[in-house]
Amino acid sequence: MLPDKKGHFGIYGGRYVAETLMPALLELEESYYRYKDDREFQEELNYYLREYVGRETPLYLAERLTQRLGGANIYLKREDLCHTGAHKINNTLGQIILAKRMGKTRIIAETGAGQHGVATATVAAMFGLECEIYMGVEDIKRQSLNVFRMKLLGAKVQPVSSGTNTLKDAMNEAMRDWVTNIYNTFYIIGSVAGPHPYPMMVRDFQSVIGKETKRQILEVEKRLPDHLIACVGGGSNSMGLFYPFKDDKEVEMVGVEAAGLGINTGKHAASIMDGSVGVLHGSKTYLLQDENGQIKHTHSIAAGLDYPGVGPEHSYFHDIGRVKYASVTDKEALDGFRLLTITEGIIPALESAHAIAYTIKLAPKLDKEKVIIVNLSGRGDKDMNTVAEALGVSL
Amino acid sequence: MTRISKVFQRLSANNGKALIPYITAGDPSLELTKKLVFQLEKSGADIIELGVPFSDPMADGPTIQRASERALANNVSLRDVLDLTSEIRMHTEIPIILFGYYNPFFTYGPEKFSRDAKEAGIDGVLIVDLPPEEVDELKVYVDKVGLDIIFLTAPTSNEERIKLITKKAGGFIYYVSVTGVTGARTSLDSHIEEYVAKVKKLTDLPVGVGFGISTPGQAGKVAKWADAVIVGSAIVKIIEENLNSPDMVKKVGQFVKSLKEGIG
Repeated sequence: MLPDKKGHFGIYGGRYVAETLMPALLELEESYYRYKDDREFQEELNYYLREYVGRETPLYLAERLTQRLGGANIYLKREDLCHTGAHKINNTLGQIILAKRMGKTRIIAETGAGQHGVATATVAAMFGLECEIYMGVEDIKRQSLNVFRMKLLGAKVQPVSSGTNTLKDAMNEAMRDWVTNIYNTFYIIGSVAGPHPYPMMVRDFQSVIGKETKRQILEVEKRLPDHLIACVGGGSNSMGLFYPFKDDKEVEMVGVEAAGLGINTGKHAASIMDGSVGVLHGSKTYLLQDENGQIKHTHSIAAGLDYPGVGPEHSYFHDIGRVKYASVTDKEALDGFRLLTITEGIIPALESAHAIAYTIKLAPKLDKEKVIIVNLSGRGDKDMNTVAEALGVSL
Repeated sequence: MTRISKVFQRLSANNGKALIPYITAGDPSLELTKKLVFQLEKSGADIIELGVPFSDPMADGPTIQRASERALANNVSLRDVLDLTSEIRMHTEIPIILFGYYNPFFTYGPEKFSRDAKEAGIDGVLIVDLPPEEVDELKVYVDKVGLDIIFLTAPTSNEERIKLITKKAGGFIYYVSVTGVTGARTSLDSHIEEYVAKVKKLTDLPVGVGFGISTPGQAGKVAKWADAVIVGSAIVKIIEENLNSPDMVKKVGQFVKSLKEGIG
């Protein structure tokens, strides 16, 4: 079972943090192990997942998209239908219930697209805990709607203007807050990234996606799918879908990274496709870095994918070949965004549109009896400004 | 005996305490860093802590973050810092410690780094985000060439962790006086004395205190309890305020001299 005791997935993962944080991580790990199989904890979590988030989410056969592409049957796992509009809340709910059990009174989080920030602010409001969200000024600009939502939900949004003014810098700043307010504060990390136990814990909380999917597809198709497709930034929605299928060798899994303006332009966020191994934000993993170990600027039209690293377990799955990683450009993602919208009446998040874009390439090559499941990790309402701008429309 | 141990031995013979100033290498230029190091020594520094710039300095407050950004604007790399140390080493025997984040060291290669650092005349290395649990992949090589690995202990570290840390530590123990990032603060945490005593009970290594010490008065107070006083942001701030002033080096020197006098 991975990770090992110290949080390693093969050579990846671990706990690369300042000593001040180590005791807090050990305490978190201990508490997580104590509650993860605790019946009361699981009952509370499942109650809120059902009554508050609206699980289980449908596994929807996208007939018109399937017809249009003329190949494999395409199912969409509708995480966009979760309360707050993305899968992020599966994890924030789990972590905040843990925070409460640990007696923490203050919640902090980082956010890129704002989906994790909104999901955190939402559960903090519901449980009545003080909440601060760190967000890069660049992301605040392009995701102003989500910023407003977080503020309405009672969270303080802290603009971060250092480095590249995006997700990685927000994470730096959240870490600095945590180290300063370590005694009363719980840091809800939004991806399968960061120091142990976060990659494992977030994976476990998001695995509800894959568990449901497996049950649903067995019910409808009476067999496992041939392909799972999901986008990868830090990699929480993809890990959540993939993990329960990891031992089902016949299921091929593809993680789709953001190729931005194209891998060869250097303006992208494809850490596995074009990165090298390094250490950032508490774990060893594939990173986009220069030859001196400085972290590179990244680019993606999807703010939620605009991150120079990837969860350590993805690095591990890449190395052992269990998951195949691919990438699609901003333009391909936009095409996917439009095609899904027009054929199915579902407006996807630009992050999820990357998974759709890859599906557009793959599905036509497959026989009609094959089954593809795409994780539709979020809805696109938050991206209206970005998409309008990309299409040259002024709102 | 290493240069670091020699310093502490010499000082303790007269009941003296070490002053360890920090500056970021390459802020604002490698040339000035060299001049600053010589000035620091002349003004009373016993050991020099040289920061290796990193794009994502998670444990640093705004002052040292900006220093890192200025150095990176000049593309200062770990290789450059080692070259700079080689040059400095031709003129002085003052111990030099590198302070940084793991990724540049990891990318350079732990084995190659250890060899090159020794050759450049580096005495110790403190990597903020490399706790004892993860240090072994570097430590095997560092031990081979005889560099000290300096570790942080924090107000959050319990006895069990302090023991784990002291088992792997060399040079001295760096006690982080606050839960928080680097940066000048107006008052000292009231638990420093008690905590330093706790650490000293568990190790024979000298104990230095850093993070948040910014005045000669504070330095003097801390020196009563600890073997070394580490001052970073307050010095970097003077550099920042005098980026275009011909008096930068002199002003830093004056401040460091006042710290040394504060320590007594």
